[in-house]
Amino acid sequence: MDAARRLDLFSTKPGPSDEWLAGCAGLICRIGDTPLVRLKRIAEGVIAPEVEIWAKLEWFNPGGSVKDRAAAGIILDAERRGLLRPGMIILDSSSGNTGIAYAMVGAARGYKVKLCLPANANTERKRMLNAYGVDIVYTDPLEGSDGAILKAREIAASNPELYFYCDQYSNEANWKAHFHSTGPEIWRDTGGRVTHFVATLGTSGTFMGTSRYLKARNRDVHCTTVEPDSPFHGLEGLKHMETAIVPPIYQPEGLADLALGAPTEEALVLVRRLAREEGLLAGISSGAALWAAIEVAKTLTHGVVVTIFPDGGSRYLSEAHVWEG
Amino acid sequence: MAVTIHIPTPLRVYTERQASVSVEAATVGEALNALTTRYPSLTKHLRDGEGKLRSFVNVYLGEEDIRFLQKEATPIGASADLTIVPSIAGGAA
Repeated sequence: MDAARRLDLFSTKPGPSDEWLAGCAGLICRIGDTPLVRLKRIAEGVIAPEVEIWAKLEWFNPGGSVKDRAAAGIILDAERRGLLRPGMIILDSSSGNTGIAYAMVGAARGYKVKLCLPANANTERKRMLNAYGVDIVYTDPLEGSDGAILKAREIAASNPELYFYCDQYSNEANWKAHFHSTGPEIWRDTGGRVTHFVATLGTSGTFMGTSRYLKARNRDVHCTTVEPDSPFHGLEGLKHMETAIVPPIYQPEGLADLALGAPTEEALVLVRRLAREEGLLAGISSGAALWAAIEVAKTLTHGVVVTIFPDGGSRYLSEAHVWEG
Repeated sequence: MAVTIHIPTPLRVYTERQASVSVEAATVGEALNALTTRYPSLTKHLRDGEGKLRSFVNVYLGEEDIRFLQKEATPIGASADLTIVPSIAGGAA
């Protein structure tokens, strides 16, 4: 059955659902619909000619990362349900990208934002959050993102009427944003041809929502999760699930067909190669995503492998170790 | 010189759950080597195949990143504090 006919069988129009951004105005309505580009040079000679690798470039979102989707989904959902009201403060923990997304959406919707952030977040993130006027609570870098999560919970509990605690790790609106946007966009932009989906895990919202959508359209779409290969790693934004606080929204049974552990050094090599061979200045987790997409693609004789590049490299320019070598 | 090395949470499983370890050393490199001698499982996490510190591993002597001092040759003074920190803020995407 060709892709065009497959699309005709569904009554919903191809592309993202209108519901997930219902109530949005201006800048927020521009979230999503990011470019999907085919990577031809970087895996040439390593994968079969009939295998395609495509990457969704999430730094084209207005806030600069895939987290714009979850942040908008969470905040708009909370407004609709009356949980977030004028005068309240948006609160969460974040290693940076979600915080920046909350800052943008919060400012656009008229809310103050408070974020718990590990103190070893890089310069670019801290400066961006300051530029948006965020109230930052720095947490112990030795405790990583789990330390920031615990601090946010403590602050939320101290004044639940003042703070809307987004709790990106537990909030269903996180993965639903991807079910309503990322998944449909991939389906539309591949003409329904996608055979394999690969996504890195942080809160797991991207993987959970997108794989749920894709498998609902075609249960044979093979979905792979990507984590760091060790609890001590250099992959910004990713979680080693076995040793970290597991996000409650992470329920991979029936969705994850394969789980891969990305080595930090190999991911960093691919980040450099993406910039220098494909012209894509991608962030660190994109290197891990690409590493895994290539690992999956190498096992195939034909197929359409789609992965997500969560953010751009401009957020990591201060980190010399990423670009040297 | 006695130096206290602060261990990040993901590595404490290799240091018998200790958040800090005391060693005797004259330089940062000697201190890290003393640490990995005492806890050999740490070696593959801190060093690459050539024995160099992995690129994403930050080591601070007090408040100073050793990259801006003399790297592992940085001498250690009295009551020194070393902190090992990965260059990422942790797993939240």
